[in-house]
Amino acid sequence: MTSQGDLLYTEEEEAVRSAVRSLLADHCDPAAVLARTESEQPHDRELWKALADGMGLAGLLVPEDRGGQGASHREAAVVLEELGRAVAPVPYLTSAVIATETLLACAGDAAAELLAALASGRTVGALAVPFATAPEAAHPRVRFDRGALHGEVRGVADAAAADVLLVPADGGLFAVDTGRDGVTVTPQTSLDRTRPLAVVTLDAAPARLLAEGAEADAAIRLGLRSGAGLLASEQLGLAEWCLTETVRYTKERHQFNRPVGSFQALKHRLARLWLDVVNTRAVARHAADALATGSDEPNLATALAQAHAAPVAVRAAEEAVQLHGGIGMTWEHPVHLYLKRAKADSIALGTAGRHRENLADLVDLPAPATP
Amino acid sequence: MTGRTIDAGELRRRTQQLLAEHPPATTERTAFLTARFDAGLAWVHYPEGLGGLGAPRSLQAVVDTELEEAGAPDNDPRRIGIGLGMAAPTILGFGTDEQKRRFLRPLWVGEEVWCQLFSEPGAGSDLAALGTRAVRDGDSWVVDGQKVWTSSAHTARWGILIARTDPDLPKHRGITYFICDMTDPGVEVRPLRQLTGEAEFNEVFLTGVRVPDSRRLGEVGDGWKVAQTTLMNERVSIGGMRIPREGGMIGPVAKAWRERPELRTHDLHQRLLSLWVEAEVARLTGERLRQQLVAGQPGPEGSGMKLGFARLNQEISGLEVELLGEEGLLYDDWTMRRPDLVDFTGREAGYRYLRAKGNSIEGGTSEVLLNIVAERVLGLPPEPRTDKDVAWKDLNR
Repeated sequence: MTSQGDLLYTEEEEAVRSAVRSLLADHCDPAAVLARTESEQPHDRELWKALADGMGLAGLLVPEDRGGQGASHREAAVVLEELGRAVAPVPYLTSAVIATETLLACAGDAAAELLAALASGRTVGALAVPFATAPEAAHPRVRFDRGALHGEVRGVADAAAADVLLVPADGGLFAVDTGRDGVTVTPQTSLDRTRPLAVVTLDAAPARLLAEGAEADAAIRLGLRSGAGLLASEQLGLAEWCLTETVRYTKERHQFNRPVGSFQALKHRLARLWLDVVNTRAVARHAADALATGSDEPNLATALAQAHAAPVAVRAAEEAVQLHGGIGMTWEHPVHLYLKRAKADSIALGTAGRHRENLADLVDLPAPATP
Repeated sequence: MTGRTIDAGELRRRTQQLLAEHPPATTERTAFLTARFDAGLAWVHYPEGLGGLGAPRSLQAVVDTELEEAGAPDNDPRRIGIGLGMAAPTILGFGTDEQKRRFLRPLWVGEEVWCQLFSEPGAGSDLAALGTRAVRDGDSWVVDGQKVWTSSAHTARWGILIARTDPDLPKHRGITYFICDMTDPGVEVRPLRQLTGEAEFNEVFLTGVRVPDSRRLGEVGDGWKVAQTTLMNERVSIGGMRIPREGGMIGPVAKAWRERPELRTHDLHQRLLSLWVEAEVARLTGERLRQQLVAGQPGPEGSGMKLGFARLNQEISGLEVELLGEEGLLYDDWTMRRPDLVDFTGREAGYRYLRAKGNSIEGGTSEVLLNIVAERVLGLPPEPRTDKDVAWKDLNR
């Protein structure tokens, strides 16, 4: 029988949660997030500075002797729950999880130096693969020629906020500074404007080699796997916000001389959503613990978490829109930010269907043979 | 009492002492269980003298593990589930000293089986509307009425019974709780055949049954409050066990899928993977709940477990029948039987499919449980109540 690991929260993890929650309450209310999505500066640099530099949360996955906090995926997952609850426009998942985990798996001085810079939070990194890429899936590579990179990668999340891009190319994984000549980052009009995508164009861009061949491929896979596993915690926080706000609204909103939340048709929908959220907490904790400790097969735990959490977050946001009625359809009410984040998250790092197909191999439930 | 505090080490010591004085290999089963009860190792959180030691409930696992390793017999908890899970906590909470001494030991040892005389043909989800009457006559009560969906009634020695003692009060206030002797004249148990073909349940007809007042639990008119203890424990006793991956209903389907490639289709594959994910997630939720209980942080999550399992069991068993194709058109056996215990995953796919239909009805319908989650966990406003202040006799029934 497999071990399940610790699915609860430790006191330290709860302390991280309350610190992040109170920071977000002061600096990341929904109206401010909404206003920012329409500004020239979609990422909240002040908030990132407070989280990363001030609280040291960018280095949770990095051991202390490599410049980090020496914590684990369990603590990072709690940070993501809170960031999801606030749809916070900061590159935590992309820089502090995916790029950081990728660098952790690269040996060599170039990677070590960059890892320490990301862990400090003063440098923001992004892995230059399309955000929809599942951990085990193929991804585009640019061309490496005469010491420089040439090519284009579309749909890179948070690239516009990044100081350095980790770029897969023929022959390995390279680091590219975004400020250099030959590097263009063009924002795309994204469904989720709190985590905008961009096209990265490299035209003889100067690059430093981080890892070669199989080491590079494995590092990218590990980065994407941690991203997918911990995304479930962001989806949990997002779904919880939707549930809590909708419960609050249906208690206050009166129609037919009653709070609409007293109608059984609505109560049952909200009770079902609560069950989904309870399940999501278990599966998200399981994934975070598996990534932190290696218990119970991290590949399986990650695929399971995404197969479950992605549709729950979407349903929570869709239910929130519907049960808010007319106000839920407006630009002014923040629920659409959650809907867009949830829908985008359901494609990010592999859809639920893709993760289920991955599970088919992992747990030996093979597809029918094609005739 | 030695004066020592009861911790895990002390429980281990006492368990080893029990095993030394009553070696399971050479001790008759009932004798061993009786000795275990008298040593306070039956349910360690119960008081001394009543099978326990007043220890924390979480330490029961220490005793159970030691005894299991030593190959000691257990009290076959599935056969006496209603006694252990429902009657016992109610007797402990509301019984007189004499009632506790008389009933708890044979209940735990399994010498006396219990059943629950609550539901009626006219009072299912709205249990408080029940119409079985109990009329005072000297030192006794005379009970007339009909109970239904009563498992174990045909093997039971005792029944926990709620009956109406004052029809002029609103429904929740005129109920009293009794212990009914199932061997009394006037108690008639008839098998109630279900859609599975077997009669796991019974209907119980009560005609002029005389219940002595000494077998009343709690005050006259307090029966609803007492029954809440029973029902709360019914839901607690579900869950709490550690289940391996594929340990539930999904197990046989996954096995059939692996062993019989000729049954596979793309449509079934997608649905199987979705249900496998849901089953594994539900298992992890149960495991998280168990960890919360062990850590002494019980949350409201438990109230949702039964809802999830009912729906999953139904969907998975439905998929299994479909997966089997031509075999799914057959059924193992329609013979009318009266089984002693229920096994949801027992027998074959067709039985599992049909039996699982009861999972969203027994122990509270899924619709009522969703109301409970919405109102007690989420704090949503209650349904408007038209029956709260109306005398029971004036209700539309």
